[in-house]
Amino acid sequence: MTAATTSIAGNRRALVHRRRKVTNTIALGLCSVAAFAAAGVLLLILSYIVARGASAISWGFFVHLPRPAGESGGGVKNAIVGSLIVVGLASAIAIPAGVAVGIFVSEYAGSTIASVVRFTADVLTGVPSIVVGIFIYGLVVVRMGHFSAFAGGCALAVIMVPIVARASEEMLKLVPQSQREAALALGITRWRTIISVVLPAARRGLTTGALLAVARASGETAPLLFTILGNQFMTTSLDKPIDALPLRIYQYASGPYPDQQAQAWAAAFVLVLVVFIINLLARLVLARPGGKSS
Amino acid sequence: MRRPWRLPNIGDAIFGAGVAAAGLSLVGLLALIVYELVRKSNESITKLGFGFLTSTAWDPVHDKFGAAPAIYGTLFSSAIGLVLAVPIGIGAAVYLSEIAPGWVRTPVSFLVEMLAAIPSVVYGLWALFVMVPWIMSTVEPTLGDHLSFIPLFNGPPFGIGFLAAGLVLAIMILPIIAAISRDAILAVPVAQREAMYALGGTKWEVISRGVLPYCRSGLVGAAMLALGRALGETIAVTMVIGKGYFITGSLFKPGASAASTLASEFPEAGPALYKSALIELALILMAITLLVNVLARLLVWRFARAPSLIRE
Repeated sequence: MTAATTSIAGNRRALVHRRRKVTNTIALGLCSVAAFAAAGVLLLILSYIVARGASAISWGFFVHLPRPAGESGGGVKNAIVGSLIVVGLASAIAIPAGVAVGIFVSEYAGSTIASVVRFTADVLTGVPSIVVGIFIYGLVVVRMGHFSAFAGGCALAVIMVPIVARASEEMLKLVPQSQREAALALGITRWRTIISVVLPAARRGLTTGALLAVARASGETAPLLFTILGNQFMTTSLDKPIDALPLRIYQYASGPYPDQQAQAWAAAFVLVLVVFIINLLARLVLARPGGKSS
Repeated sequence: MRRPWRLPNIGDAIFGAGVAAAGLSLVGLLALIVYELVRKSNESITKLGFGFLTSTAWDPVHDKFGAAPAIYGTLFSSAIGLVLAVPIGIGAAVYLSEIAPGWVRTPVSFLVEMLAAIPSVVYGLWALFVMVPWIMSTVEPTLGDHLSFIPLFNGPPFGIGFLAAGLVLAIMILPIIAAISRDAILAVPVAQREAMYALGGTKWEVISRGVLPYCRSGLVGAAMLALGRALGETIAVTMVIGKGYFITGSLFKPGASAASTLASEFPEAGPALYKSALIELALILMAITLLVNVLARLLVWRFARAPSLIRE
């Protein structure tokens, strides 16, 4: 090998080396840009919601009923109360049912049935929420003959159950087998073991799962369109059409009135605040020392 | 040793039967949803037949219904969302799992996860009042001036339309892709990286040849779960896609998706064929979404199992 070819080979190697280093820098740089772009979009959206929402918020927003379109002032008291009622009803149905499903899958079912139920829960999570609305419309609204808070609660419950079920199952599985065995060895029956030993040990995880499902349900609009319909007036009856915060945002945003649009921003601010607080609570509950199972 | 048979404790029997009933009724619920939708769309299925899938007509007055534009709109808007969100989402996941120092990782991960918690009506509100005007005044005129020879960027700048729907979908599915991809990347064994470094690879070569191919199915699964979400997304899309029931290749044109058609027309539809056709549309939407979701689960499950085989 002559000196010339060595130096050409050396040059090529240096070139390749440089190209690899440049590629490395560019590719890693693009990944960083992607991450900060994603975080930046959130900050951008949040800043709009805070800026436009907070400026439109007042005491009257919480304690007044909506005024006729075009008139300024008024509030969304009925929507706030309605959201609480509908989400409350959905939670009352879905949290016990979901935890029961979780107990069945984690404590009772054989592996085949367990994976069937688990798979069903995953599939149910993927059903578009508008389809759930149409399903409940046919099942509840048409049969009852009118829209109602009850129908809305059912629709949100359908969305919440699989979330609670999957989370509960995961959390129950984290409870060490030895705890169950210790209880059973004392002669305690199986169901008392689950109620008094397994569930308390997993309580923080179960709370987290339930809170996440509540947060998800609080923001849903599509399943409410054909079930609770919306209502300009105050009602607390489960049997009547009722209002909800997400629905009011949707209706106000689609309308041409600036006052209503401002209220939509205010309502969005309140909704995002509530959803974030529930999400933070869910994390805090799980993150507390000894949070999983001790 | 077998336990001698004895009567089960009565509390045990009741409790066991109760939770079993809950578990099985979850399966029953899914079956009931499918049954209800099929039953209610029966009229449309028998009267319109297969033509419902291919027809582009939508004329409730003359009982002419075709799902093609709605299905097309769903696929088109979701595809735009996916094309925009997958590279950014996976890039962000790579940054969060491989590059970021700890003090950046935690807050940025937290922010990205919080994106997933924002209700879709809030995304819709923001998109309608902030993003759409920006698209109309800046994005579409710029694209139209320079790239109008591509059919995608042809047409007057309306603001609302497929571009707006695709963009808001991209923002909404971004956190899903980023979070699941990050978990998939973190599940790759360290040995996989060390082997690549030992060969003298740069950090990017380690990531692109040692890490990403290893968790490929997890990444595809993440994208497909996101696609499942995008296909079924209703409110935000309804707010910004506009109203246009036709098949178009232009990003600038208003359109309709299956979900947006349901949201805006279901309340007005009479009890006859109109409602039945809409319910059939819901059935089709559910079938597409479920197919995508099931495939995604299978992929994500497979990736979750793969590493343990290799570690042993």
